[in-house]
Amino acid sequence: MVNSVIALSVPQLALGYIFIIVILFILKKRQISREKELILATFRMTFQLVVVGLLLTVVIDNPHPLITLLIVSIMVGFAVFTVFRKFKGRLSTALKKVIAVSLPVGALSSLMYFLFAVIGVEPYFNPQYVIPITGMIVGNSMTGVSLGVHTMMNRFTDNKEALETALHLGAAPKTASKHIINESFDAAIMPTLNNMLGMGIIFLPGMMTGQILSGVVPTTAIMYQIGVMLGILGGVAFSTFLSLRWGYKTFFNAQDQLR
Amino acid sequence: MTYPLFYFQNVAYQRILSIDKMEINPYEVTCIVGESGGGKSTILKLLNKSISPTKGTIYYHDKDLADVDSITHRRKVLYLSQKPYMFKGTIKDNLIVGFNMQGITPPKDETLEALLDKLKLKKRLNDDAQYLSGGEAQRVALARLLLLDGDVYLLDEPSSALDDKSAGIIFETIVDFSLKHQKTLVMITHTKAIANQYAHKIYTIDQGHISKEEDNG
Repeated sequence: MVNSVIALSVPQLALGYIFIIVILFILKKRQISREKELILATFRMTFQLVVVGLLLTVVIDNPHPLITLLIVSIMVGFAVFTVFRKFKGRLSTALKKVIAVSLPVGALSSLMYFLFAVIGVEPYFNPQYVIPITGMIVGNSMTGVSLGVHTMMNRFTDNKEALETALHLGAAPKTASKHIINESFDAAIMPTLNNMLGMGIIFLPGMMTGQILSGVVPTTAIMYQIGVMLGILGGVAFSTFLSLRWGYKTFFNAQDQLR
Repeated sequence: MTYPLFYFQNVAYQRILSIDKMEINPYEVTCIVGESGGGKSTILKLLNKSISPTKGTIYYHDKDLADVDSITHRRKVLYLSQKPYMFKGTIKDNLIVGFNMQGITPPKDETLEALLDKLKLKKRLNDDAQYLSGGEAQRVALARLLLLDGDVYLLDEPSSALDDKSAGIIFETIVDFSLKHQKTLVMITHTKAIANQYAHKIYTIDQGHISKEEDNG
């Protein structure tokens, strides 16, 4: 059974935009003022994907280690800045540094293990594999780190009394923050775990769906999906753990006092 | 000749406190009295190294406190805040939390019960600590401090949530304990009578300064 995907032509795709026209019509009729956003979102989605599609075509047709490395670096860099932006200036410089190290270290080590040890990508910089998988692992790690750090920051504010009491009783900062670190880690990996629980029953994961659509036999597609899922979990867990493990220290000064 | 255990030299903390000179002698009871908001609690926090002076030097055993390891110091110089925090869990959990935090073996249940009894707290070890009244929580917090083997006990109004009779018992127990075990006691109290009764030395703090220093033989 070898199916190949039906290549969509531009006129065919244009039919898809009819949805937008229908929704625009409904919005107008119901006087819901979201037309601008709808048009903008549609335009941006189209434009961004066309650019990425063209770019990926070029990159995949002309594989080069430096170009792959550059793209991976840009993706990781964007992930770090997206976390910074999410917190809107509430991150201390020290915590920013922690995130800027832990997110790349956690996500990339998991990524490399997955690419080289699990799949065995040949050549090692093959953009067809490296780029999409980087996107999945880095993207999920980014969400994990921001969730973990967000929870940690809130807990440090809410549990100030408990922390102070623990310190008064002679606890080391690490011991005093243990609960907070554990709770934050838990909060960060829960979405990934829930995702894994529902996978295959409540929804079919995007990558697997994509592979099946493009003619890959489902058994191969699920092998990839399982592998990627493990890689994502690894990236999320490792990068979040590092950000918390190093991050809690930024809430204390050199004299082991709460900042 | 005894040298002071703590010695303040031109110490200031932000705009809250400014003390040129202050001595706390070992194995004595020192009381700090004065208006609320005058900086009394700040002194205890400085002694426990929960905070560090923004100016000047505090000496402990003739060593600059800034050079002393904070965690080791806090295990010897224990601090009880005015509104003690109860951790989630039972009374027992709260009594042994210091031991868990320091990674040492907690005492047996009998020891814990005996101390609760001494502090006239009619509660079981397995009772939930979240439902204690202010006065009960204060006594549990005091008990968890006394269980730890400190050299110095810093108590911030340990009787603020208690009636006069219970307060009397508490002070009796604390002072008795510290004299018997050769501890140093520094207490903040709003009751001048208590200070007069138990203290060797009384400092009156007014708007961040020492306004009076009395030796109380």
